[in-house]
Amino acid sequence: MGGFAMALAEAGHWLPLKEDNIHDPRSPAARVMQESGQALGELAKRAPDTAGNQVRWVRLLEENVLQPRGSLKDPNFKMQVLDRDVYLDIGGSMNVVRFPHRAHTLWLDCKNCHDHIFLPKAGGTRIEMYEILQGNQCGICHGAVAFPLTECQRCHSVKQVDFEAMYRENRLPANSAISIQPGKKPPPYFRK
Amino acid sequence: MKFKFAILALLLSLWPPAHAEYADVVINRQAEQNGMRPVVFPHWFHRIRFRCRVCHLELGFKMRVAGNVITMADIISGKFCGACHNGDIAWSVENCDICHSGRPGLPSGIYGADQTMGPGKW
Repeated sequence: MGGFAMALAEAGHWLPLKEDNIHDPRSPAARVMQESGQALGELAKRAPDTAGNQVRWVRLLEENVLQPRGSLKDPNFKMQVLDRDVYLDIGGSMNVVRFPHRAHTLWLDCKNCHDHIFLPKAGGTRIEMYEILQGNQCGICHGAVAFPLTECQRCHSVKQVDFEAMYRENRLPANSAISIQPGKKPPPYFRK
Repeated sequence: MKFKFAILALLLSLWPPAHAEYADVVINRQAEQNGMRPVVFPHWFHRIRFRCRVCHLELGFKMRVAGNVITMADIISGKFCGACHNGDIAWSVENCDICHSGRPGLPSGIYGADQTMGPGKW
């Protein structure tokens, strides 16, 4: 209930520094520092969001509104963007998860996740919602810096019936992968 | 009249408590012990200018609150924050109060990230 009220209060609204309960309003910096609403408000005109910083960071990047640099050391550095989706279906009551490498590799290096958080192999790592909620695995970033875990549908985005149909009809994207979770039964429609 | 007042009181009680911008990190491992305000690091300002890779790969910042031991000596010698906050890429380290701007007593943590209201330990 409180979360819903918070979401309503927050959409398109950023707290001033002096009132955010984190910055010391008596600090000399409080007069000098830029308000988050000033920058994020401008960005939200192009790509607003209802969670986190209330801007769609990936969209801002893809639409070239932002051009954050990918390297301090190399001025000609190009991010290694990998366009590969990994699907996760453990036959639970939630929609199938589609993990898009592309959105992540626009911001992160492969080494930020591989191999110490996730093995670089679909199905190589047992992914658990409990771990995620505890701030591990996906939860290292999601809920901290990337969009929070209240946004279930952003990960759980593919209906099971749709996924099964795409799988059976060979309509999954060419370079996508399916994660068969270790220690769990593969989905019934899955053929080796 | 009383009914309307009750509704108003209910709505006001649902108003969220003040909290920082999402992803603001408070670092208070040593700052307050040494007489400085805790540090507030705003991710949003840096995300506009840098991709995650720059700090979390090139500069060696671990993705864990209070997981990095950062001393002023490190910063002055160009490590961690000092890789940019040296007067060249960004303002220099003499501007103590811009980083050390947290209110007293704030424990290290990542703030504004309480939206799941779950057992998270960020």
